[in-house]
Amino acid sequence: MKPINNKAWLLVLPVVLCVAFSAVIPLMTVVNYSVQDILSPEQKVFVGTEWFKTVLRDPELHGALLRQIIFSATVLAIEIPLGIMLALALPAAGWRSSLALVLLAMPLLIPQNVVGTIWQIYGRTDIGLGGVALHALGTEYNYASNSLHAWLTVVVMDVWHWTPLIALLAFAGLRAIPEAYYQAARIDGASRWAVFRYIQLPKMRGVLLIGLLLRFMDSFMIYTEPFVLTGGGPGNATTFLSQYLTQKAVGQFDLGPAAAFSLVYFLIILLACFVFYTLLQQSQSADQKG
Amino acid sequence: MKKRYFGLVLYLVFAILPIYWMLNMSLKTNEEITGVFSLWPHQLTFANFRTILTDPAWYGGYINSLIYVGINTVLSVAVALPAAYAFSRYQFLGDKHLFFWLLTNRMSPPAVFLLPFFQLYSSVGLFDTHIAVAMAHMLFNVPLAVWILEGFMSGIPREIDETAYIDGYSFPRFFLRIFIPLIGAGIGVTAFFCFMFSWVELLLARTLTSVNAKPIVAIMTRTVSAAGMDWGVLAAAGVLTIVPGALVIWFVRNYIAKGFAMGRV
Repeated sequence: MKPINNKAWLLVLPVVLCVAFSAVIPLMTVVNYSVQDILSPEQKVFVGTEWFKTVLRDPELHGALLRQIIFSATVLAIEIPLGIMLALALPAAGWRSSLALVLLAMPLLIPQNVVGTIWQIYGRTDIGLGGVALHALGTEYNYASNSLHAWLTVVVMDVWHWTPLIALLAFAGLRAIPEAYYQAARIDGASRWAVFRYIQLPKMRGVLLIGLLLRFMDSFMIYTEPFVLTGGGPGNATTFLSQYLTQKAVGQFDLGPAAAFSLVYFLIILLACFVFYTLLQQSQSADQKG
Repeated sequence: MKKRYFGLVLYLVFAILPIYWMLNMSLKTNEEITGVFSLWPHQLTFANFRTILTDPAWYGGYINSLIYVGINTVLSVAVALPAAYAFSRYQFLGDKHLFFWLLTNRMSPPAVFLLPFFQLYSSVGLFDTHIAVAMAHMLFNVPLAVWILEGFMSGIPREIDETAYIDGYSFPRFFLRIFIPLIGAGIGVTAFFCFMFSWVELLLARTLTSVNAKPIVAIMTRTVSAAGMDWGVLAAAGVLTIVPGALVIWFVRNYIAKGFAMGRV
């Protein structure tokens, strides 16, 4: 057990002050806007929960939310298994391992709008390798006019960009398994699958949950990449929550509804993360017992 | 054994091809890009790179980005270190709630905070400064830094702390002389993640700057809409945004794998 010491607050204080400045003040501003009708900086009317009712009944929001959930679920379902497979295939040590790690991690450090730009070029059917190759295979691929193609391009782009994060985390988890575990499994004549299911997967659970949590948060907040690639279109096929919110807040300057929307959006992520976080805590305390 | 690498190599090709394509375009003339389809530049040119490296409006963006990313990484790690120590070593009033509250800031979509941020930083006179972007990026980097560092610190036995205190070390001296060197790898990994998330972020960086601290990512978006078709320069700018990141990966490649394995997370 850790000792109880309330003086530890002094150590946490700098973090609390820094984050509070950047988080609490803006959040209170948002709350303030969400209950007012702002006609001009001098003219404000208190409207209570009016905007929340409007936002919650907004069919466009429902559409964006549904697209968002489908998108996040799809990329998580691809990225996590793929990341684990990559981590298992990576050489454990040596120059091959270093080279593969560096190549693998490259997409992670590309700025979000450059990611969009890369794929915008790559997918073009006149000057992009990807688009030209797909045409050569006889498909009618065109992300600028076909909604499904645009959506698939955003998914592939996200998989390309973020699978390495899962792979790196899973790789780190794998390296933490002592060699003795594998020897014991060999003596028992365990199959490849049994080794994975009963040794590797449980040992990676901690890092995988972190990866899952980070990927869920970030995919739910995705904005720049689809914005650069397709601007949310064609139609609204790739308009996810952030994009819709930004259109409202910046484009139409509807402060009240945009603020109410922000809070609803924030609460959705908060709720989902609370569930994940509780799981994470449970798995950690289970690890400590076992 | 061979089969195992086949899939990996296939994936690496998939990962590298789009980047190669951008590099390929950055070395071509605009006529070649739009005129012919070629797998490598037939008329090799460095004009696109020269444009960027000689025009202050372009290379200034890289300097601005590096400044605020640097400030952000140093500040985030500096404030996260003592906090992570507190979380890993002590129980205190409201510790679990505080930890989750910190994490919630990692979850708040930047889009939610755009306008309030703009107003807040304008009202305190920080708009269009590097420190404003660095502070705003701390919102998502500090929670992550505390989270990662806490994992590393929990992997270090508490007996080390106790022995040092018995030997008469004061807390600051123990922390700086003994503890920080012990979690060097953890600090490396944390700095890598802070660098990464701050370097790639566009929305907040663009909103909080106009001229003096304008980041490269924002300059690129403007060029897309204005010049429209200058693919070569755009590709060259994109290639140059990858360079600092690639250098950082090269330096921390060994820590990344070792790093996470040490902590309990």
